[in-house]
Amino acid sequence: MSDLRSAPVPPLRDDDHVRGADDAGVVVVFYGDFACPRCAVEALRLRAEGARVAFRHFALKAKHERAVALAQAAEAAARQGAFWAFHDALYADQGRVDDPHLWAHCEALGLDLERFQADRRDPAIAERVRRDVRDALRAGATTTPTLFESPVTADLRGSHRGGAQRSER
Amino acid sequence: MSVIAPGAAVAKFSLKREDFTEFTREDLLGHTTVLVFYPFAFSPVCTDQMQIYEEALEDFAAQGATLYGVSTDPVWSQKAFKEKLGVSIEQLSDFEPKGATSRAFGAYFEPGGMTNRALVIVGPDGVVRWSHLADSPGDLPGVGLIFDGLAAAPVS
Repeated sequence: MSDLRSAPVPPLRDDDHVRGADDAGVVVVFYGDFACPRCAVEALRLRAEGARVAFRHFALKAKHERAVALAQAAEAAARQGAFWAFHDALYADQGRVDDPHLWAHCEALGLDLERFQADRRDPAIAERVRRDVRDALRAGATTTPTLFESPVTADLRGSHRGGAQRSER
Repeated sequence: MSVIAPGAAVAKFSLKREDFTEFTREDLLGHTTVLVFYPFAFSPVCTDQMQIYEEALEDFAAQGATLYGVSTDPVWSQKAFKEKLGVSIEQLSDFEPKGATSRAFGAYFEPGGMTNRALVIVGPDGVVRWSHLADSPGDLPGVGLIFDGLAAAPVS
């Protein structure tokens, strides 16, 4: 059982999912849950702004029965190079999160469905999702989404905004 | 009102468990207990709080700590809350006399007529090891804070 005492947000890693212009000077680390409507609103807003975003999972099993499954599905899509496309598809259609809907997303994105199904059950993916959640808890995240912003030099002790208490940009 | 301080011995109190039996000071002895005082079942921050803490239950258990939620809601409301949230953290009701135990722990918010947002870690000897009162009832203390408290508090 690993440590859950307070700790800063981990710096960007090679396996982080990052998109957006890298000349912005700021990266937003977005701890989100694909079943959370507030996360959808925030994710779409950041995308529209072209912000540089690193997505990490804050999928709490008690929050929504599909939260963890969706996180794992997105990681499986990532293995086929389609993380952001899958992320956008999930947030655009949160009313459809059962397996047949996920398979439909895979088909629309041209993913290998058999591989997707095997990958989403890979313990390494479960561990990655779990790692993100524990990092978020240690960094003081208490709601979804929780955003951390910092200069791209990746010291992520920058300002921390909970989804429900964002200051206006 | 200040939350009960580390080093203070917990005095007699009575809360109602979900099965309506009493939870008293004697139930604290021999274990490390984290009492999570929160304002109201079904209110937004309280909902998030229980679900956040639920995520770390195995880690709490690994440290020998048991969590209980405490509010002035009646037992029936707390049962419904727990079921709705899908959490296993046991709830203790401070309904009658309203807030008596919360007050005894310095965890009652008089202006709102409700339990305040507070955390109290009690050691196996019934002595407070660590406590935290949120700046406002609307603030949600994170998981890391509780583990910091468990680490800082010597457990006999």
